[in-house]
Amino acid sequence: MSPDRPQELRPRIPAQTHPPLTTDVVVTGHLARRGQPLVPRIGRTVWSTLVGIGIVISHAWSSRDTVQYPEEMTYLPPRYRGRIVLSRDPEGEERCVACYLCSAACPVDCIALQATTDETGRRYPEWFRINFSRCIFCGFCEDACPTYAIQLTPDVEMSEYERPNMVYEKEDLLISGPGKYHTHDFYRVAGLAIGGKGKGEAENEAPPRDVRDLLP
Amino acid sequence: MSALLSAGALVAVTAWYWQLLTVLLVLIAVLTIAAGLIWYERRLLSLVQDRYGPNRVGPLGLLQVLADTFKILFKEDWTPPFSDRRVFVVAPSLVLVTALLSFMVVPVAEGWVVIDLNVGLLFILAMSSLAVYSVVLAGWSSHSKYSLIGGLRAAAQMVSYEVFMGLSLIGVVTLAGSFNLSDIVAAQQRSIYYVFPQFIGFVVFLVAGFAETRRIPFDLVEAESELVAGYHTEYSGMKFGLFMVGEYVAITLVSALIVTLFFGGWLGPWLPGVVWFLIKTLLFITLFIIVRGTFPRLRYDQLMALGWKAMLPLSLLNLLITGAIVVAGAG
Ligand code: SF4
Ligand code: SF4
Repeated sequence: MSPDRPQELRPRIPAQTHPPLTTDVVVTGHLARRGQPLVPRIGRTVWSTLVGIGIVISHAWSSRDTVQYPEEMTYLPPRYRGRIVLSRDPEGEERCVACYLCSAACPVDCIALQATTDETGRRYPEWFRINFSRCIFCGFCEDACPTYAIQLTPDVEMSEYERPNMVYEKEDLLISGPGKYHTHDFYRVAGLAIGGKGKGEAENEAPPRDVRDLLP
Repeated sequence: MSALLSAGALVAVTAWYWQLLTVLLVLIAVLTIAAGLIWYERRLLSLVQDRYGPNRVGPLGLLQVLADTFKILFKEDWTPPFSDRRVFVVAPSLVLVTALLSFMVVPVAEGWVVIDLNVGLLFILAMSSLAVYSVVLAGWSSHSKYSLIGGLRAAAQMVSYEVFMGLSLIGVVTLAGSFNLSDIVAAQQRSIYYVFPQFIGFVVFLVAGFAETRRIPFDLVEAESELVAGYHTEYSGMKFGLFMVGEYVAITLVSALIVTLFFGGWLGPWLPGVVWFLIKTLLFITLFIIVRGTFPRLRYDQLMALGWKAMLPLSLLNLLITGAIVVAGAG
């Protein structure tokens, strides 16, 4: 601490409230028992020692906390952050629009993808790769994704003997269902024109305004 | 002439073979028990901690011992370049050798003893004092701050605990009138188990035994939460394994000693002596493990205070009372 720092900013060390620990605390055990007559003190210490052993032994009959893993499985809640999947919209099309947001959000840079477009102008990832040996399962990619495409699932059994096998390609990641969000369809709510849908034709959306008629 | 020679030789050779057999039997039995203790301790400790412990390798996880042994054998046996090499290598074997040597004089059953030494108890005390060198030298030769602190603590702990360890046994020796362990058991056969007249001595020896084996609550020589692993921080592979086995042999030894000195050794109804000896010893080994599951580690000053302020006066008091009783009985 610099000496010129004002006095009131210095951290206050609370005054010592209990008597200092000395060696004679021990023989008799507890600090609170100091000053009491010696024989009851020793008696209580011995008694509490025996009770302690008794409690420990009694635990031999209590139920186990261990989960016998390969045979049993712990409950993983639906929103558990495990293996990452790429989901599809209710129509069965890929949700991912290859916006790179997940890749940018990833703190360990383990997502790589390449954007491309199909004949209708719809964007999708040409390839999509997650290196699970680097992934820390933070879920930031899921948070960043505007289309609910990338999702973390309650599956943790992904051990491999070879490290390269931890790199999942798009065909490993893509699932056939909508994942956690059953009805969400990005292109139905996005004001984006792609093949088969003009601008403003999405759900809850008005047709685009002609800005000129706003002029005074 | 030749007949005479052969008769004498036959007796000598038979005796020699018998002795060799006992040596091998005791050695194998002790090492097997010590190895089994690895499993026993882990299972029992997890039993009282609401866990299962090793239960995968073999039935009840019994082959875990084998798996551990193989693993430790294949680990790199690294001698740190900054260590005092010769001492570093010798230290771990010392702890095992002294503990095994002590077993020489422990009677397993009537007449089942490697050497019926008439200063058996003194021999054991001497060996346990020697075992301290192992720890101190390991700590010293490692040239590592953790090891050194561990070794220093070991030295201080042993110096203070050896004193009343010896004193607590004098009562037994006074009652039995012998340092020979077989004689002590035989004397208990004539009167009662010495745990009754020597209860204080028993408690003090039990505490000293915990300190002697460097087990919780007196494990501040190792103190893994503060000193990494204490005196064997720098050890790996089988050298570490020797410390490990040495510790288990020491537990077995102290349990066997408690049984011999205070609980009548091989004495007991119906079952053969060896079985009684093993059952009693196992009971005390169990106590060692339960205590490990119960107590926190004592602080250094607490350890010293307990030793010098509680245990030493207690053992002296015990000695005084025993002496008075013996003198009164004789007079
Ligand atoms: S969970 Fe986190 S670390 Fe894993 S891919 Fe997503 S953002 Fe990256
Ligand atoms: S998964 Fe989501 S965030 Fe990642 S590129 Fe596709 S749409 Fe964008």
